[in-house]
Amino acid sequence: MAEASLESPQHRFDNRIEAEEKIEPKDWMPDGYRKNLIRQISQHAHSEVIGMQPEGNWLTRAPTLKRKCILLAKIQDEGGHGLYLYSAAETLGASREELVEALHTGHAKYASIFNYPTLTWADIGAIGWLVDGAAIVNQISLQSTSYGPYARAMVRICKEESFHQRQGYEIMVKLAEGNATQRAMAQDALDRWWWPSLMMFGPHDAESAHSAQSMRWKIKRQSNDDLRQKFVDQTVPQAEAIGLRIPDTKLVWNAARGHYDFGEIDWNEFNRVVSGNGLCNRQRLDHHKQAHEDGEWVRDALRAYAEKQA
Amino acid sequence: MNDTDSLLTRYAIRLGDDAMVHGQRLCEWSSNAPTLEEDLALANVALDYLGRARMLYSLAGNLCGQSEDELAFTRDTRAFQNLLILELPRGDFAFTLVRQFLLDEFEHLFFDALTASANEMLAAIAGKTRKEVAYHRRRSQEWLRRFGLGTAESARRAQAALDTLWGYVDEMFAVDDLEATLIAEGIAADRAVLRATWQAAVTHAIEAAALTVPDTTWRIEGGRQGLHTEHLGHLLSEMQFMQRAYPGLSW
Ligand SMILES: [Fe+2]
Ligand SMILES: [Fe+2]
Repeated sequence: MAEASLESPQHRFDNRIEAEEKIEPKDWMPDGYRKNLIRQISQHAHSEVIGMQPEGNWLTRAPTLKRKCILLAKIQDEGGHGLYLYSAAETLGASREELVEALHTGHAKYASIFNYPTLTWADIGAIGWLVDGAAIVNQISLQSTSYGPYARAMVRICKEESFHQRQGYEIMVKLAEGNATQRAMAQDALDRWWWPSLMMFGPHDAESAHSAQSMRWKIKRQSNDDLRQKFVDQTVPQAEAIGLRIPDTKLVWNAARGHYDFGEIDWNEFNRVVSGNGLCNRQRLDHHKQAHEDGEWVRDALRAYAEKQA
Repeated sequence: MNDTDSLLTRYAIRLGDDAMVHGQRLCEWSSNAPTLEEDLALANVALDYLGRARMLYSLAGNLCGQSEDELAFTRDTRAFQNLLILELPRGDFAFTLVRQFLLDEFEHLFFDALTASANEMLAAIAGKTRKEVAYHRRRSQEWLRRFGLGTAESARRAQAALDTLWGYVDEMFAVDDLEATLIAEGIAADRAVLRATWQAAVTHAIEAAALTVPDTTWRIEGGRQGLHTEHLGHLLSEMQFMQRAYPGLSW
């Protein structure tokens, strides 16, 4: 005991990380750890919320009542994920208001894939199958992240994401079983969403700004490239099963590695969209700001009413 | 199909149209609500209406040989029989929630009455719906109070919504020949007799929220005859896009 009390908080923190113990909100943590987590969790939360827009774009046009209900329930789940994650960020002392403010001023990011437009119904299938599919690979890995509230949020979220992935794939299956127009619609969606999905895992490990430190803190548990490989390996057979072609001429099974080899990501395209030149960057942010602005009088009324009741 | 079946089909379709059109309008709120919590709550309510539309269209479809999707996506404006109040554009958040309040107070009485329907399927749908409405109603009553007693602006917006919507409420209580026949057979619920109770409940809630029951004499009806505002055609052209652009396919 005497020895433990001599330990610095930093030392104790390091030991706990080393021992795979979860860090909890009241525990001492280095400032950098806290900042890094707030950045990552809020970016994750914003992604869930901004992601409601491209899918909501087809809510009023879904082809059947069943699909409309499934899509609405999915979008609702994504909003719920946003809520859990904002709550997880709040345990680190970051309020939802300031996080949303950071989003609106461009200081916080969201997943760049949502800057691509949903042009056809097949895009809703492709998003569920590929984007949720990629998100699951990342989030399963994050279930063992070192910060307790984040890890627990991931466990809850992963269960729902796997439904989304299956439902999205089912849309693609239906299209693939359909007529030539439907198959072409599915292939076109895969052609447009495949590479952006691979980009979701971020830059190569060597070029990733936050990766190394995040790995040491065990915020991040597997490297970007490992996760990307996992996604490719699980998704290629799914495409083949329904007769869709992955738009990558270098894609080939490598028996020696036990993995698929695949082509290089177009990082110019990645940087182009991240830096604001995607088809929907401004639209997504403007939409979020507009809804927030339109709702201001409602939030004011809520506050005023609550004060009068108190 | 005997006469009763044909009347029941038409009855289920119009109730289905009410739920369909209202559910579609609520879908428009996705990612547009004032808070994330409210976005999710509106989605919940929308899901209830879409589920209700599916049950009613399936009931009708089993009798007339059409699928729920054919009924939702291949009929034009003149065939839709929904109440006009439901097709009005979603407006601001006060408009949507005040409309919901007026509707919830009605549906609370209506579906309660419909649980006594001699048609078992209709009674079962009403029983399920009644539970959902109880939740919607608690929420919309609460919002009415928040608007009325919140800020001057929220009260102003809620009053404007009431004033705009009031001319459409009579239609909720109108009984035409179709419903009169089905009421006599114990199948339909008599909406006309619900008016006094509704009026009392709504007046009480509006006054408790320091708002004013509109004193308007204008009233607009026509939905049950397929005579709609110009808004419905646009709602349908968006909602039916896929089935119109790619007819007869499976999704
Ligand atoms: Fe999600
Ligand atoms: Fe998801």
